[in-house]
Amino acid sequence: MIGESWIPEFLMPIWEWLHEYVQYTIFSGVKALIILLPLFIVVAYYTYAERKVIGYMQVRKGPNRVGPKGLLQPFADMFKLMFKEIIIPTNSNRYLFIIAPIITFAPAMAAWAVIPFTDTLVFADINAGLLYILAMTSVGVYGVIIAGWASNSKYALLGAMRSAAQIVAYEIAMGFALVGVLMVGGSLNLGEIVAKQSGGIGHWFFIPLLPLFFVYLISGVAETNRAPFDVAEGESEIVAGFHVEYSGMTFAVFFLAEYANMILIAMLCSLLFFGGWLSPVPELAGDSIGWLFGKTAFFMLLLLWFRATFPRYRYDQIMRLGWKVLLPVTIFWLAVEGVAVYFKIGPWFG
Amino acid sequence: MLGNYLPILIFMFITLMMGSVFIILGKLLGPSRPDAEKNSPYECGFEAFEDSRMKFDVRYYLVAILFIIFDLEIAFLFPWAIVLDQIGTFGLASMAIFLGVLVIGFIFEWKKGALEWE
Repeated sequence: MIGESWIPEFLMPIWEWLHEYVQYTIFSGVKALIILLPLFIVVAYYTYAERKVIGYMQVRKGPNRVGPKGLLQPFADMFKLMFKEIIIPTNSNRYLFIIAPIITFAPAMAAWAVIPFTDTLVFADINAGLLYILAMTSVGVYGVIIAGWASNSKYALLGAMRSAAQIVAYEIAMGFALVGVLMVGGSLNLGEIVAKQSGGIGHWFFIPLLPLFFVYLISGVAETNRAPFDVAEGESEIVAGFHVEYSGMTFAVFFLAEYANMILIAMLCSLLFFGGWLSPVPELAGDSIGWLFGKTAFFMLLLLWFRATFPRYRYDQIMRLGWKVLLPVTIFWLAVEGVAVYFKIGPWFG
Repeated sequence: MLGNYLPILIFMFITLMMGSVFIILGKLLGPSRPDAEKNSPYECGFEAFEDSRMKFDVRYYLVAILFIIFDLEIAFLFPWAIVLDQIGTFGLASMAIFLGVLVIGFIFEWKKGALEWE
């Protein structure tokens, strides 16, 4: 993908003088930026898409003033937030208050290091990919708790407690759904899980794992604190939840993390359950990265659609759904799957 | 093998830097005109009259404990799920017993009302 031939002639002597490890570090850094910068653009335009899509679903136009059809809106928002004052409340723990958004943001972005885009195009092809992603998405909850605590505001503290309990509860259901994927996938490596699904749409994991797919999607929405599970920021009750005291760029960083996490959930749905870059009908069309992006875009749209369609759940309803519906469903399906793998049923459990 | 993880470390470092740079940029570019009203914690129209380091519901604590139990269980299930097709009857049966014990515990919690939110 990136080679030494990309380096301009006049820099070559300096490059060769550098130590091998330094060269390696620079290569990795450049590759990381090649993933992260487009991700930023996608996040920016996802916020625009959200406002546009929900706008049209409510028969209005959404943002349409900045640039043609409002296309420059995300940049206007970004610059506005950049030039706003960062308010640090008097009684807050100053350092924790500043660190909290970074703790939420960094893992949300770092999870993208192991996402494969095609069978060869992957930043770090490690054999514990899924475990790494689970670890990274779990760290995000620390940012939420620290933000709520450090703000020293009642609304922030309540919002943080609610968010954290909700994230933690749905992480259980999500973890169980992933165990189901591992049972048929037979590997923690995302590339190998996708490779196991090759052979057309009939081999994709969403067919044998349909209940687990729904559990995964629902807990993904709850994990990212999105509607209809967005009680943490239920405007009518506790204002903005754990980030009520955050302004300017500190708020923007929380915002970026949330949207990056939503895109990650959509991407994982298409990788784990819908064959990633594999073509639904291999005889007619070949595998390509376009399939992956298409499937991901569909799930991203679905997340916005949820927000436009469903009324907000009450907090006790959320907890009931997580513990009393999703958890029993996943345990039951794991038992069914264990037996199915044992007897090697169908094309999936072979 | 472990060398595969070095790029990830670099990746994490870059994301940490990005987050920090954003906030530093905001700090440098934004104005800074603090005043007592603006910097007081958010409250609905009146002055904050008590500290917010207050008591909160014990049920959050309960959720945290339940989370630890079930998350540990998931940690046990992960390696089992990967090698399931190689460990045969013994592997399936031992996990069935393990899950069975856990399901009994889960039913107990349910009946005791640990999962209730009023």
